[in-house]
Amino acid sequence: MSTNLRPTASPTHAAIRTPLAKVRGLGSAKEGTDHFWKQRVTALANVPLTLFLVGLIARLAGSDYATVRATLQQPLIAILLLLLVLSGIHHMRMGMQTIIEDYVPREGRKLGLLMLNSFFAYSAGLTCIFAVLKLAFAAQ
Amino acid sequence: MADANVRHERPLSPHIGIYRRQINMVMSILHRITGAALYFGTVLLAAWLIAIAQGPKAFDTVNTLFAHPLGLLVMFGYTWALMHHMFGGFRHFIWDTGRGFDLGTVRLLGWLSILGSMAATVAIWGVALRMRGMI
Repeated sequence: MSTNLRPTASPTHAAIRTPLAKVRGLGSAKEGTDHFWKQRVTALANVPLTLFLVGLIARLAGSDYATVRATLQQPLIAILLLLLVLSGIHHMRMGMQTIIEDYVPREGRKLGLLMLNSFFAYSAGLTCIFAVLKLAFAAQ
Repeated sequence: MADANVRHERPLSPHIGIYRRQINMVMSILHRITGAALYFGTVLLAAWLIAIAQGPKAFDTVNTLFAHPLGLLVMFGYTWALMHHMFGGFRHFIWDTGRGFDLGTVRLLGWLSILGSMAATVAIWGVALRMRGMI
C-alpha cells in the first residue's frame, strides 16, 4: 500500500485511501464509528418499541384514569416504556447533536447548544423514567 | 488554512435553492425535520406520563389538552412524523448494507416512505377511532 498521501491533481481511489495505521487512531474525535453505530442500534430498538407506544396510546386514548394507571402499572408495559425512553433519548440526543454540528459553525454557540441538547434530552428522559417507576412501584 | 476567520470572496457552490425538488432530497429534509419535531415532542410523552403519576386531576388537565381539536391535530402530526421518520430509517437500514443506491431504487424508496408513512398514519388513527366506535 502506498503511504504517499500528497494531494494529486486528480485524486484516485488509491491516492485518498487512508493507511490502516492512521485509521486505528479512530479519527480526530477518537470515537471512530461509535456515533454512527449507536445511532443505528438505537434506531433498530426504536422500531418495535415505538410501535408498542403507538399501540398503547391508541388503546388508552379516551380511557378513564383508573384504567390508564392500572395499565401502566403492569410490569411488562412499564419495562417496555423504560426501554423506549432509554433508547429514544439516546437516539434523539445523537440526532440533534448531528443537526447542531451541521448548522452551527461558531464554536461557542455550538458548545452551548450541544450542552443544552444533553440537558434537554436527559431531563425529558428522566422525567419519563421517574413517572413510569413511580407508577410501577406504587400500591396497586 | 492559515486563518479561517478571514473572509474571501469565493465562488459559492449551488445550494438547495437552485435545484428542482426531487423526491430523495425532499425525503432527506423531511427526515431531519421530523426527527427534530419528535425530539421536542418527547415533552408531550413526559407530560402525559408525569400527569398519570401525579394523579387524576393532572391527568384530566393533560387529557383535556390532548382531546382539544388543536391537541388532536398535534397528535395526528406527531403520529405522521413518527411514521415518516421510521420509514426513512428503514431506507437508511437498506443503504447501510450498501444496497439501493441506484437512482431508480432511491426514487422508489423515497416514494414508498412518504406513501407508507401516510398510509400508516391513517391506519393507526382509523383503528384507534374504530375501537371506540367513532367511525
